[in-house]
Amino acid sequence: MDKVKVEICCGTACYLLGAVHLMELEAQLPPEMRERVAFEAKSCLGQCENDRLGGAPFVRFNGTEMMSRATPGAVMARLRELLGLEVA
Amino acid sequence: MLTATTAIRRELLIRLVRAFDADSLNTELDRIPVKLRPKNDPSSRCCIYHDRAVLKYRLMSLLGVSPREETDEAKTLGQYWQEKAAAAETSTPAASAQPLSPLCVCEAACSGCPDSRVVSTENCRGCFARPCMYNCPKKAISIVDGHSVVDQSLCIKCGKCIQACPYHAIVKTSVPCEEACPVGAIKKNEHGFAEIDFTRCVYCGKCLVHCPFGAVVERSQLLDLLLAMRRGEKIVAMVAPACGSQFPGTVEQLLSACAKAGFADVMEVALGAELTTKHETAEFLERLEKDPKMLMTTSCCPAYVNLVTKHVPTFLPHVSTTPSPMVYAKQLAQEKTPGIKTAFIGPCVAKRDEAQRTGVDFVLSFEELGALFAGRGIDVMACEPWPVARPACATARGYAHSCGVTEAVLAEATERVPGFKLDAKQINGLDKKTAMQLKLYGMGKLPGNFLEVMACSGGCEKGPCALK
Ligand code: FES
Repeated sequence: MDKVKVEICCGTACYLLGAVHLMELEAQLPPEMRERVAFEAKSCLGQCENDRLGGAPFVRFNGTEMMSRATPGAVMARLRELLGLEVA
Repeated sequence: MLTATTAIRRELLIRLVRAFDADSLNTELDRIPVKLRPKNDPSSRCCIYHDRAVLKYRLMSLLGVSPREETDEAKTLGQYWQEKAAAAETSTPAASAQPLSPLCVCEAACSGCPDSRVVSTENCRGCFARPCMYNCPKKAISIVDGHSVVDQSLCIKCGKCIQACPYHAIVKTSVPCEEACPVGAIKKNEHGFAEIDFTRCVYCGKCLVHCPFGAVVERSQLLDLLLAMRRGEKIVAMVAPACGSQFPGTVEQLLSACAKAGFADVMEVALGAELTTKHETAEFLERLEKDPKMLMTTSCCPAYVNLVTKHVPTFLPHVSTTPSPMVYAKQLAQEKTPGIKTAFIGPCVAKRDEAQRTGVDFVLSFEELGALFAGRGIDVMACEPWPVARPACATARGYAHSCGVTEAVLAEATERVPGFKLDAKQINGLDKKTAMQLKLYGMGKLPGNFLEVMACSGGCEKGPCALK
C-alpha cells in the first residue's frame, strides 16, 4: 500500500506560526499509522506571502492537497481519513 | 503551546518587517487591522471593530509606543511611524533617563475578568449528601431552590467544596494575569481593567504568557533596530545561550542567519557567560573564605534581581555582584570593534529593562528575530555555519537551563579547589510560593551556600518570549 506523504512547511514563517508543534506529530503516531505515513520537513512552500500569511502553517498531503492553519489535531484527523481509519 | 495570541503577534511582526523593507509602512500600517479583520469576517471578540482597535494597539506597541502613553486617540499608526522615522534619521534617539517599562496592559484587549470567586454552576444537582455544605469550614454554602449557593461574604476560597462535590459543580473562577504574577503587581484600575504596578513589577513576563486575551503587550525595539541598520550603523547580534533550542539548525547556522539579516557581526552570549562563571566563582570562593557560613545567589536572571531589589532588599547582600553574561558579551563585542552597537537576542522580557540600565542598545526577542528572518526570507536550516573563532564551552551554553549556572560554577570551583563541595539549592521558576520562600531567606533562614534562581521554570529556554 502506498504511504500517505505529509510535507510540513518548516520555512521560518510557518515555523513561527505553529510548524514547531507539527514536527512533533511523527513521534506521536499511533502504531496502526506508523508504517503508513511518510513525514517530510520542507523549506518554504511558497504560500506565505502577505495575503496568505494568516494561513500559515501550511501542510501538503500527497503532493497536491494543501492544508492551511494546520494544527496537530487537524493534520491527524485528515491523515486518518486518507488512510480510511475511523476519525476519533 | 502556540495560541492565537502568540500567532497574531508573530504575524504582525512579520508583516511589519516586510512593510519596512518595501518602504510601505506609511500607508500599510493603518491598513493591517482592516486587512486582518475585513467586513463580514468572523471576529474573535465582540465585533471586527473591536478586533481592529486591539490590532491597532498591538501594532503601536510593536512600534515601540506603549498603549498607556497614548494621548491622542485619533493619531494614526502612520503618524506614529513618521515621528519615529524622523527622530531616527541621524541617530538612535538617546535612551530616556528613566528606563521605559517593557510591558503594559492594553485596556482595549483586557477583558476585565471579575475577581476570583468560588461559585456553584448548573452542574449542581442539589444532592442529598451535600458534601459541599458538610466540608465548608465557614458555613458559606446554603441550598436555595434545590441548588447550592456560595455566600461570597463568608467564602474564604479554600476550595474544600470544590474537591468534595462529585458532580464537579463548584468551580473557582480565575484572573489569569493576577494569578500568574509572583509579586502581586497586577490590580484592577478604576475602570475594572488590569493594570501593572511598576513599583512592584519585576518584568518576569508571566502575565504576558498567561493572559488568554493577549492583553499584555511588550514594547518592541524591532523598528528602532531596523532603522539603525538602514542608517548604516554597525550592530552586533548577541544571541543568548537559550538560542540552541529555538530554531531548527545549529547555533552556528543561526549566527549566519543573523549576519544575513543585516547584523554587522554576530556572537554567542555564552562567551560572556564563560566570564560570568569565572568571576562569579572567584567571588563565591572569596566570600566563603571570609565567612564559611555565607550564602551567595546567582545574579544572571534579571527578573530575580528585580524581585530582590523591590521586594526583599534585606537579601540583596547575598546576590552576586558579578555582571550578567549579556554585560560581558557587550564588553567583548566592543573590545573587538570599538563603538559597535549591541543587540541582545533572547527569550526574556526582563532583559529589556536590564539592557537600558547597562548600556546595551537593543533587545530583540527570539520571536522578533524569527519575524526578521521570515520577513527577509531567511531559513536557518539553509544557512552555512558561521565560522566562529571558537564555540562557547558547554557549561556556558548550559546557562539557559535550570541548574546550568550551578553546574558551571561547580565545575570552575572544583578546578580551582580540587574536591570542592558546593552546597547548592535551586529555585526553578518564580511564583507566589517561591517568592514567599525568598522572603523567608531574606529573614535569615539560609539554605546551603549557593542558590541559583531562575524566574522561568526550566530556565531561560522556557522564557516568555521563547519560540517553543
Ligand atoms: S514558510 Fe511556509 S509557506 Fe513560506
